[in-house]
Amino acid sequence: MQKIGVFVCHCGTNIAATVDVKKVVELVRYEPGVVFADDYMYMCSEAGQEKIIEAIKEYGLTGLVICSCSPRMHEKTFRACAEKAGLNPYMVEVANIREQCSWIHKDKEEATKKAVILARAAIAKVNLNTPLQEGESPVTKRALVIGGGIAGIQTALDIADAGYEVDIVEKEPSIGGRMSQFDKTFPTLDCASCILTPKMVEVNQHPNITLYTYSEVEKVSGYVGNFDVDIRKKARSVDFGKCTGCGECQTKGPLGKIGNIPSEFDRGLKNRPAIYMPFAQAVPAVPVIDRENCTYFKTGKCGVCAKICPSKAVDYEQQDEIVTVKYGAIVVATGFDIINLDKYGEYAYNECPDVITSIELERLMNAAGPTGGHLERMSDHKAPKEIVFIQCVGSRCDDDKGKPYCSKVCCMYTAKHAMLIKDHWPDTNITVFYIDVRTPGKNFDEFYRRAVEQYHVNYIKGQVGKVKPQPDGSIIVQAADLLDGKQINKKCDMVVLAAAIEPNPGVRKIATMLTASIDNNNFLTEAHAKLRPVESPTAGIFLSGMAQGPKDIPETVSQAGAAAVKVVGLLAKDKLKTNPCTAQCDTLLCNGCSTCANVCPYGAITYEDVQVNDHGLRETRRVAQVNVALCQGCGACTSACPSGAMDLQGFSNRQITTEVDAICR
Amino acid sequence: MTELEKNIEIIKEISGSDPYKCMRCGKCTASCPAYSEMDIKPHQFASYIIRGDLEELIDSKAAWKCLSCFACIERCPRDVQPGKLVDATRQIVARQRGGDYLQPEEVPELLAEDLPQQLLVSAFRRYRR
Repeated sequence: MQKIGVFVCHCGTNIAATVDVKKVVELVRYEPGVVFADDYMYMCSEAGQEKIIEAIKEYGLTGLVICSCSPRMHEKTFRACAEKAGLNPYMVEVANIREQCSWIHKDKEEATKKAVILARAAIAKVNLNTPLQEGESPVTKRALVIGGGIAGIQTALDIADAGYEVDIVEKEPSIGGRMSQFDKTFPTLDCASCILTPKMVEVNQHPNITLYTYSEVEKVSGYVGNFDVDIRKKARSVDFGKCTGCGECQTKGPLGKIGNIPSEFDRGLKNRPAIYMPFAQAVPAVPVIDRENCTYFKTGKCGVCAKICPSKAVDYEQQDEIVTVKYGAIVVATGFDIINLDKYGEYAYNECPDVITSIELERLMNAAGPTGGHLERMSDHKAPKEIVFIQCVGSRCDDDKGKPYCSKVCCMYTAKHAMLIKDHWPDTNITVFYIDVRTPGKNFDEFYRRAVEQYHVNYIKGQVGKVKPQPDGSIIVQAADLLDGKQINKKCDMVVLAAAIEPNPGVRKIATMLTASIDNNNFLTEAHAKLRPVESPTAGIFLSGMAQGPKDIPETVSQAGAAAVKVVGLLAKDKLKTNPCTAQCDTLLCNGCSTCANVCPYGAITYEDVQVNDHGLRETRRVAQVNVALCQGCGACTSACPSGAMDLQGFSNRQITTEVDAICR
Repeated sequence: MTELEKNIEIIKEISGSDPYKCMRCGKCTASCPAYSEMDIKPHQFASYIIRGDLEELIDSKAAWKCLSCFACIERCPRDVQPGKLVDATRQIVARQRGGDYLQPEEVPELLAEDLPQQLLVSAFRRYRR
């Protein structure tokens, strides 16, 4: 028989305001196994923990039930406290009477009743708890960063500088990500390329960093400290060792420089040939052949690039290659894109070439962009004189077309665009239609005010109802001026849309492979919104950049550094404690049906033939074996097993049914 | 420079305030004791001037309903001082009528029953001689 101590926490008024804590103590005192029950203002505080330790010693407690907040919050704290007093940490159960009781109920009597029931269930479970021992697993001292934008680059550099090996997997032919497409950056207006390309070069030359560009993560198995990752290196069709990056193949091909395929990097404002580097400063400076659009791959005829190449680097026979690498930690830095605007017919984006997105404007203003940095209308190549910017296109929309969140960077980049245009072409008039101007950040509001006060950019509070392209090539923007209570019909010759940001569409697939959770908007979820913002709830998975939520470059770089520190903290350990709550197979009950192996998300179950003695009957049976190093204790096998052979240590079938019985009593 | 631009420059010069500094927070309008009488509200003066809608300001009742209590000047967080913009608008009108200054003998007929003394004092302060 266990000797159980029950400790009920007030959590200030968080619990005590809705749950009659004293009454809970009185009612659980006579539960089977309970020899001690008490309450305290803050059980997690030093004084509270002292109380627990004293009671363990005084009453010889063998099991503890703490009625407090969620185990996600303080289970670790109370387990450590029990261990200090010489008790096995797995003899502690937490009854969550805060998140699952006091916070969600208003009626004190009902809430108290529920708290007692939750406590009773935990007590029933502790009666069946057995001491469990944590195992140890080694740590592979190598990290993987998925995504080679500024977030991935910074994370990789920081990890590599700390002395650990890092691999970057980037699906595009070059690293650099979105930032490499930008012209200038707010709020200092320094050129994006000038601050990014040195980092790209550093990544390429760093002895601790390996780049896998034009590559994708194909399969992930294993667990924290010991991931096995299959990386598909797509056939580049250009030999890395031979190519010198001279660029001859791109300029002297059948179509010359022009090409006939819309350039992804220039957002379709310019064409590229089938053999290409996305941009001049690409890292690595080795082109790829886009096989879907290459004449040679489509028809078997052409082969011009192979003939031109002075170093004979073009290799049409190259095949995709899959490499398997072991990692201790994985960082997801898959970045973002803007939403598709097909559903927003009112902005005439698909109808009129002079209605463009902000990221297209970045390319149009970039000296290396499709127009060499000359701002011009895509329809007639004339310089626009009257430009309208529309904010919140698809952001803050609680409908099926847009996104419910604020994209965070649009207010600032629009102020930046407006000022850059006014700087280069002072006779351009600029109007910005906004719902709110949001500029929280160091020197951000001053930056936006500069656009208004110094550059006289006309900010009008009110959304745009319709963008109407006119037969004469001009555009009429029908909008509201809410502060003056008027409807405006503004004639202009270019419209720029601040389209909402969304996580890179590929992130869903990656998150599934990593078993990392994502929210309704496909942003990766952090382990704790405030206290563990760069970690995924899945151990060993870390988050960096826009993949976690909208953020600007300074914030991305800070988060990238934070993720790197967390990775280094993990890789610095030689051994990790493993969770002892793993599945176990009762070989006498197992009939080898494979159901458990089919549901196991971690590939932890294998089968082997064993000799069993079933009530005197000796025979060889095929039974399940759990690799405890791989098992994460999710319990999928225990609920799937048709013969009840699978059991989870610490959450045995008997413990759970006893809990249910206690609740229903 | 057009007549309009000249007048905007004059308003800026007379008032000594920069309408572009206005962030449309509405604190002036929130403070205005003559709010219900003003057809153009204090916060709108800055945007009318930026937009060049000077005719509307000149024709408005608002310029004459302002009590010159200076609450908006005192409280404006951006130092735009809408009251001074209103004052400058009045002065533009006075100048348009020929002669920059209000003649003392004109005052009695301009006086309305409910006109506060404070405005009168303010007017003399501005148009004295």
